[in-house]
Amino acid sequence: MISQLSWKIGGQQGEGVESTDRIFSTALNRLGYYLYGYRHFSSRIKGGHTNNKIRISTNPIRAISDDLDILVAFDQETIDLNAGELRPGGVVVADAKFSPVIPEGIQARLFAVPITAIAEELGTSLMKNMVASGASWALLGLPLEVFNKAVEEEFGRKGPAIVEKNVEAVKRGAEFVLEQAGGPLEEFKLEPADGTQKLFMIGNEAMGLGAIAAGCRLMSAYPITPASEIMEYLIKKLPKFGGTVVQTEDEIAAVTMAIGANYAGVRTMTASAGPGLSLMMEAIGLSGMTETPLVIVDTQRGGPSTGLPTKQEQSDINALIYGTHGEIPKVVVAPSTIEECFYDMVEGFNVAEEYQVPVIIATDLQLSLGKQSCEPLDIESVRINRGKLVTEELPQLEEHRMFKRYEFTEDGVSPRVLPGMKNGIHHVTGVEHDQEGRPSESSINRQKMMDKRMQKMDSIRVKDAVKVNAVDPSAEVLIVAMGSTGGTIEEARARLSKDGIAINHITVRQMHPFPSELIEPHLKAAKTVVVLENNATGQLANLIKQNVGYHDKIRNFLKYDGTPFLPSEVYKACKELN
Amino acid sequence: MATFKEFRNNIKPNWCPGCGDFSVQAAIQRAAANVGLEPEQLAVISGIGCSGRISGYINAYGLHGIHGRALPIAQGVKLANRELTVIASGGDGDGFAIGMGHTVHAIRRNLDVTYIVMDNQIYGLTKGQTSPRSAEGFKTKSTPEGSIESTLSPLEIALSAGATFVAQSFSSDLKQLTALIEEGIKHKGFSLINVFSPCVTFNKVNTYDWFKENIVNLEQFPEYDPSNRVAAMNKIMETHGMLTGLIYQDKVRKSYEDLAVGFKEQGLANQKLDLSREDFDKLLAEFK
Repeated sequence: MISQLSWKIGGQQGEGVESTDRIFSTALNRLGYYLYGYRHFSSRIKGGHTNNKIRISTNPIRAISDDLDILVAFDQETIDLNAGELRPGGVVVADAKFSPVIPEGIQARLFAVPITAIAEELGTSLMKNMVASGASWALLGLPLEVFNKAVEEEFGRKGPAIVEKNVEAVKRGAEFVLEQAGGPLEEFKLEPADGTQKLFMIGNEAMGLGAIAAGCRLMSAYPITPASEIMEYLIKKLPKFGGTVVQTEDEIAAVTMAIGANYAGVRTMTASAGPGLSLMMEAIGLSGMTETPLVIVDTQRGGPSTGLPTKQEQSDINALIYGTHGEIPKVVVAPSTIEECFYDMVEGFNVAEEYQVPVIIATDLQLSLGKQSCEPLDIESVRINRGKLVTEELPQLEEHRMFKRYEFTEDGVSPRVLPGMKNGIHHVTGVEHDQEGRPSESSINRQKMMDKRMQKMDSIRVKDAVKVNAVDPSAEVLIVAMGSTGGTIEEARARLSKDGIAINHITVRQMHPFPSELIEPHLKAAKTVVVLENNATGQLANLIKQNVGYHDKIRNFLKYDGTPFLPSEVYKACKELN
Repeated sequence: MATFKEFRNNIKPNWCPGCGDFSVQAAIQRAAANVGLEPEQLAVISGIGCSGRISGYINAYGLHGIHGRALPIAQGVKLANRELTVIASGGDGDGFAIGMGHTVHAIRRNLDVTYIVMDNQIYGLTKGQTSPRSAEGFKTKSTPEGSIESTLSPLEIALSAGATFVAQSFSSDLKQLTALIEEGIKHKGFSLINVFSPCVTFNKVNTYDWFKENIVNLEQFPEYDPSNRVAAMNKIMETHGMLTGLIYQDKVRKSYEDLAVGFKEQGLANQKLDLSREDFDKLLAEFK
């Protein structure tokens, strides 16, 4: 029996690849397996090759796999494009309709199932995905009733007749392939899972959930790949808590509306990707200058310009840190796991209010969209901290005085009152201002105000600003990374460890202000530092060089072809260094 | 109860003597008092430009944001606390050039915000360039041979975008302007009030006297029905947009706040933030 397996389904976009993947993985989740998904898709709705891959394991997994065990193909193109990934002895389940052929040199077993024919016999070719998934499920020897339950949930709202037909399609696909194969394939028999259902979601959903837990009740946003799921989730959920989502006319409206709402006292977020973040830069400066809390999610994708909208990249970091004109205090955090997507939203909202600064939570496409098992999330650990928000009654102001919203304080953070509060009137402006918010061009005031705002940066450290994944004094190589690559590195590290090679691994989670003091000891101890990132210029490596040093030890390991790193690539690179 | 004096502060506006914006400031202060507001119940959100400074000259909560974005900020404030009265204001460049996209969509969205545009047909703070409201042939620093672009008609645009309240006034007519701002504040939905507010320094054509000669007050037409959208559009076109008064009001359409399903009736800003264990478990159940 095996402990893990990779399954992929491919076809033309709009052919049911997504829904098949959804049902297949839901059923696996019910059985208690750990799952990690990867979507290959294009920026179009119908047509064009698309595929979804799921890695199934009895142990926690946080990376895509190097190879593939089972490929379900709706067309020959799917086979041609993906067969190379199959490990020797892998299986292709394909529609007999197109007379599938395994490309030369690929050792794989082919099961040609009359997928379309069976579906049409049952009434509609739309059900071919159910025939195909039923067939591949049956080959794994997994209980059919669990799969049927997932089918029922998917189609339940369409009525019992539709459910029944789809269940029949699954059954027919299963029967056909089992007869052809002579029963379930022994070599693909998975060890039973622990039977406990895991949370199974994408990073964008975890962030939406985190926002609700953090008390966020408004979102203003403009649709963009790969951020839209956050807004779609909150559109469904916020009205249940009295809030709403506004789909704005553009990202400038999205961010400025969020600033207005935060100013007026509601935890409000926006979310976008690179192009939208570029449009938001001026407004982020307004948030920093007026010390108005703000939370923005940037789901990084391939840039620049429209770039690769549906592909993996980590190339916005420089823009997020340096993009705004002038100098403001700002926080950039990059979660590295699905659980962190949840908790970082909570902390993001807290930091934004405690320090009265803009906070950017930067994910990457694979973390935002890769559907995966998630450890239990703990609402009891969620603490809401609104910082120096004044809630008690204020004394009457002297005539013609205003509330000192920008009072000079020891830590640079001033008391904040919300509009509506008696005796709290003050002015807010993006123009340089005095303690009451009145415009001021005084040199002395300017310098003091700049110092006050920038001073806030000194003490900001989010939880696990630098996460230590592995520290072994005997290791000579240290890998430094950010975002979704952590699981891949950990997998490579485990393989290297089997070879007797120890590697250290840290994840930089707080990108700005840069937690140099937490990184420095690791760099000091290492002989070679490999900075692994999905961009072409080594943005994280450059941040380390700029803030920490050790230029001579640092090697770039870059991938910017739109696909995530594979464990084997990291393994190979590290092996060569040792 | 607050009088208009309570809406004054001691900050001296940096407007030129004779600027039309002084009267707009006074009209907002009077209207706020007349509708019974206390200073802390009002938030004035303004854009950038000479007129954008107005939020700092009224004793109320105020936010002076970035160029062209007064409206989205103001809408955010209103969404966060619908118990506040929210006025957005700025110039014609702010609202009809850089911010035109927001203006059209704020009109469509119909949140209960009153938008007061100080329209002087020129860019003042940058010292005299053409505006979308400048007349064709108008000579400015940026159009030395005269403007060759057509003049934008905000009133027609507002009507075609589905506005529920469209009015226009003249800063010399403090009484009418104050009354229209009061009506705008009371209107349940988005109200656009465009105000001819002459720039005495850079616009030597569209002067106080020029407006007095050219504008038509709707009071002259007792039969005029501001609930008739077609008549409103006709009147705007007949007068080439040089009319003042309440041009159109739709009292039936509900505001965004009232249409948004589930949206809290009290100010969201006064909510409790904590999520109960029970609610959280319900949310989690969907991911199993």
